[in-house]
Amino acid sequence: MGNVLTIILQRLTLGLLTLLIVSIVIFVAVNLLPGDFAQSILGQGATPEAVASIREDLGLDQPMVTRYFDWLGGVLRGDLGTSFAQANFASFTGTDSGATTVAQQIAPRFANTMFLAMITAIIAVPFSIFLGVLAALYRNTVFDRATNIFTLSSISSPEFFLAYILILFLAVLNPIFPSLSNIFEGMPFGERVEKSMLPALTLTLVVTAHMMRMTRAAIINLLASPYIEMARLKGLSPMRVIVKHALPNALAPIINVIALNLAYLITGVVVVEVVFVYPGIGQLFVDSVKIRDIPVVQACCLIFATAFILLNLTADIMSILSNPRLRHPK
Amino acid sequence: MIWFVAALVGMAAVAWGFRFAGQAVTGNAPKFRDMPYGVAYGYVLGVAVLAWLVWAYTQGRSPDQAIANKFFFLRIAIEGFIIFAIAAWLFRLLGRSVGTSGTKKLFRSMPLTASFGILTILIYAIFALFAGVIAPYGQEQIIPGVAANVIPGGDPTLGGNPDFPLGTDQIGRDILSRLIYGAQNTVGIAFATTVLAFLLGGTFGFLAATLGGWLDQLLSRTVDVLMAIPSLIFALLLMTIASVWAPELGIPLTVFMVVIIAVIDSTRVYRLARAVGQNIVVMDYIEAAKLRGEGLGYLVFKEILPNATAPLLAEFGLRFCFVFLTIAALSFLGVGIQPPLADWGTMVRDLGGFVNFAQFAPMAATAPLLAAGAIALLTVAVNFVVDWMLQKSSGLKE
Amino acid sequence: MSEEILVKMRDVWLEGRSDETWNPIINGVDLTLKKGEVLGLIGESGAGKSTLGLAAMGYTRDGVRISKGSVEFDGIDLLTASAAVKRELLGKRIAYVAQSAAASFNPAHKLMDQHVEGPVQHGVMSKSDSEEDGMELYRKLRLPNPDQIGFRYPHQVSGGQLQRCMTAMAMSCRPDLIIFDEPTTALDVTTQIEVLASIRDIVEQFNTAAIYITHDLAVVAQMADTIKVLLKGDEVETADTRTMLSAPTQEYTKSLWAVRSFERPQKPAVQTGSVPVVSVQNVDASYGTVPVLHDVSFDMHEGRTVAVVGESGSGKSTTARCITGLLPPKAGQILVDGEVMPPDYRKRSKDQLRQVQMIYQMADTALNPRMSIGQIIARPVEFYLGLKGAEKRKRVDALLEQIELEPSQYYHRLPSELSGGQKQRIGIARALAAEPKFIICDEVTSALDQLVAEGILRLLARLQDELSLTYMFITHDLATVRAIADEVVVMKDGRVVEQGPKTEMFTPPHHAYTDLLLSSVPQMDPDWLTNLLAERGVDNIGDAAVDKM
Repeated sequence: MGNVLTIILQRLTLGLLTLLIVSIVIFVAVNLLPGDFAQSILGQGATPEAVASIREDLGLDQPMVTRYFDWLGGVLRGDLGTSFAQANFASFTGTDSGATTVAQQIAPRFANTMFLAMITAIIAVPFSIFLGVLAALYRNTVFDRATNIFTLSSISSPEFFLAYILILFLAVLNPIFPSLSNIFEGMPFGERVEKSMLPALTLTLVVTAHMMRMTRAAIINLLASPYIEMARLKGLSPMRVIVKHALPNALAPIINVIALNLAYLITGVVVVEVVFVYPGIGQLFVDSVKIRDIPVVQACCLIFATAFILLNLTADIMSILSNPRLRHPK
Repeated sequence: MIWFVAALVGMAAVAWGFRFAGQAVTGNAPKFRDMPYGVAYGYVLGVAVLAWLVWAYTQGRSPDQAIANKFFFLRIAIEGFIIFAIAAWLFRLLGRSVGTSGTKKLFRSMPLTASFGILTILIYAIFALFAGVIAPYGQEQIIPGVAANVIPGGDPTLGGNPDFPLGTDQIGRDILSRLIYGAQNTVGIAFATTVLAFLLGGTFGFLAATLGGWLDQLLSRTVDVLMAIPSLIFALLLMTIASVWAPELGIPLTVFMVVIIAVIDSTRVYRLARAVGQNIVVMDYIEAAKLRGEGLGYLVFKEILPNATAPLLAEFGLRFCFVFLTIAALSFLGVGIQPPLADWGTMVRDLGGFVNFAQFAPMAATAPLLAAGAIALLTVAVNFVVDWMLQKSSGLKE
Repeated sequence: MSEEILVKMRDVWLEGRSDETWNPIINGVDLTLKKGEVLGLIGESGAGKSTLGLAAMGYTRDGVRISKGSVEFDGIDLLTASAAVKRELLGKRIAYVAQSAAASFNPAHKLMDQHVEGPVQHGVMSKSDSEEDGMELYRKLRLPNPDQIGFRYPHQVSGGQLQRCMTAMAMSCRPDLIIFDEPTTALDVTTQIEVLASIRDIVEQFNTAAIYITHDLAVVAQMADTIKVLLKGDEVETADTRTMLSAPTQEYTKSLWAVRSFERPQKPAVQTGSVPVVSVQNVDASYGTVPVLHDVSFDMHEGRTVAVVGESGSGKSTTARCITGLLPPKAGQILVDGEVMPPDYRKRSKDQLRQVQMIYQMADTALNPRMSIGQIIARPVEFYLGLKGAEKRKRVDALLEQIELEPSQYYHRLPSELSGGQKQRIGIARALAAEPKFIICDEVTSALDQLVAEGILRLLARLQDELSLTYMFITHDLATVRAIADEVVVMKDGRVVEQGPKTEMFTPPHHAYTDLLLSSVPQMDPDWLTNLLAERGVDNIGDAAVDKM
């Protein structure tokens, strides 16, 4: 076990290190802006005195390294800074929550996004793994070819295309789900789920295709291994071959597939939230990008990157843990 | 919902009967004897779906306008599917009888999906190259005497105009023309970006694989960090910064976008080029060339590159799709290709609202779907071709 | 031995799917196996022997089908039997031992859990009975720690032991028939012997019928009662082992036997004081911090072949890498014609590089698949000798003629259009193109079928005589050594254990390891294994013998 622990610790350290470097990259990228925040806040017509005073207020007269550590320290304490466009923003969303900091602004939206991701995962994961295993078991049949064409098509389609198709069929032509996901705090759970259904289904389509193909490839790879042939030649029932011999070894690749696709969800969520006007972090991000609200952009970017890195790290660690060679060293 | 569940249960019974009947009729032939219940159910389910599609298609042709409207899109989809399948089949037939013996051989073993892909790519290429000839109006042309915001569908009773089947936009430009020009702009820019990404990623990838050592370490760790940020998010972050720089430097934002996406995407190309390069570098023939005393140039250009073309070509297709989708997403979000250039992503965003007209004016709703579908169709086509190439080169029969 | 027939295959045709068409693998072969009989199935790679062996179980791999014929096991028609009936037979009455035990054991379960699975699932024994029986089998197969070894995971057990565990697993239900599919091919010779001995014992003890598939004649001679020879899907001949060995009737079989008889007379010893072409002096080398070579020294003289032998991991190939300069030695030096070579190949001059050429084991990876044969051979001609145009072409043609390939026919072909043996010849031509003094042959024949390998050996011998080349011949196959070597260097764990002229090396007394290595190489004599075991004593084979040294 000592062996595994060291490897996992190594990966964790590496993940943290990556996160640190990513935070530097994001910070530096934002600081590459011409002029500075003060200028951006006050606009072109500001007097030099006003700019200088804001610069001092925001600590912009400090050297970059100092500012970075101030920012990082703030992030670690949960302080993501102050939004430039606070006032604008309140009118933008129509929900004047009285939020004053970026953190306060992001928190409820982050929860919404997590909710959406969770619904998607609950639908997509079992569905795609089931289909993937089926396609692998019945490969080269009509079923396999049809799913191949279907999944390739849905991977290739932009998220907004899938979204509009779903709106067309499930909201406009057959009014089953609402096409606008204007959820808000305190909404009953059932209604919340119903309103989140279309964005969740769109994401499911995208993620399922990926997950299914990866699962299929992993299982086919596995079924080709000599020990599966051996199990068959021992006269075991097909069920037992799958459950006892394939599954324990399929766990690592499948967990990997899930984690990678949840990480992929993070990117997909941005476009889908915009289409359905879902008040999540993705939409906030895009809105902030448009009005150049730097602190919010910076914070969202960091949150997305962190989630992405953590999920990849999880995939990595899970596959280490499920490897019998590492779990039972010589 | 209840009907749906009932149908599923009903089919379960039918499946059992189907297998039993099969066993009885064929005298317990191995095909039916060893058929798992799930497979029997699958057959029944497949037949049921097919039957429903046929029914839905007839509904789409129903004289009752309300019903026909409801199934209009399904009808179009089915017709489109059949037309494409026939076109792909004819195209493959053509490829088998025309051309050199090499291309004939290629077409002989080609699946229908791949020939569909090649045909579609060709059509797009024609549209992109000759957009100026094909499009009825210019992409930036504001047609005099025509109102802005003509509703798509060409139905005058709903505010359309038969001369502008897809309507006009908010300042009176012909949407159909802009859709055709979109092939030039969207595809052209995506293509240029991919080429740039390949030049960057490929060069560094092969250098890292051949030279190894600290250069490899430095490049690979940098790429690791860049890849730790989701690409669309990173692109959005950089586009924010670029949007401030662009007017300051007087360079169009689109140029920034090309560079930004190329750099982000080159990290993926780098990974692949390095991996492919490393697989080749360990080959004995490379060792033989090294021991002969060959220089770096000879190694890379004569020994490594010729052996890397197949995987790189496939990767080019995949990366193109990815770049294309990223650009479309950025445009859709309003930070990609900038007006007045016509672009599909932007058009989808602008026309998206028409989807809600679907129930009473199906033609109006097709406008945004056409733009989005144009994006999807090309990526699907490229993916089909790449899928075929990968399967061919791996030699896998799976 | 009972005369009752266990397996009856009649006019079996097998086809494999590739490039969208079905291609023949086995063309109408008959096979009859009596209860308790061991049938040896031999043939070169691609002869279809494994496919036929699996078909005897009524099983075909994906992409293979039985297109015609019948397969009966103990009166049950396996081709028409239902899946359930077949499952009942497999594992219980018919068992399979695969080539790679490491890949054929499920890495996620302990050996014993996999062992008892068959008996428990088939309802033959309870789990605890089967476990006890497993330990008993492990003991019979002379596995170390028979009571504990089953509770380990596959990756925790060595290859030779795993192969015996798999044999035990095959025995777990006391089947009537076991198919052994090249069970010792992946093993070193010294390990192979114990596996062979234990397989033979246990098959005899339980009077199990077996089909033993292998490409190694000497191995099959030890194991089988009857031998069936296959060639490209056709049966060549079938006879009982002794008849087959002493009086083969078919040309092909005779030629297979004849390969073993190629033996070059040893050249006279070099004069003392002559400068060796290549001299390896006190070389130490390591990969990173792991030392792999310790104080390796030997000389190679003009026109001689020095065979460097040893099992995998003994440091043979590493020594070659030190000589070529790919792996600069930590200590010691390499001399060519008395001149000290720079340790790193990048520091060597063009002419120094030209002197030392190499031929690789895998001709597939040694030739650039995107270059034509002409380009491949022309490059060193141009690079080293500066020949261009017609002169270059003339030289390449001459080289192709030297390796017995018609220039006009092969010049423009790609490597993929050539057979394995032809590819290896191109590798030789490329080495010759540099006009070297010294060529390293790294296992050049081990990936080839015997007949082809023999052709390569003869070619190399002829070229040596014509051009007075010096060869360093790296191999693990002592038959090859016997055929071509003048001098032998035996390596083990990165050290030279023994060296000397071939005749001396093949006559006792040997160093203990050389002795073990030499005596472990299977001979064509069907009594060889029996005699050897008697000589060594039952407890003194394999693992135990190595441990004692």
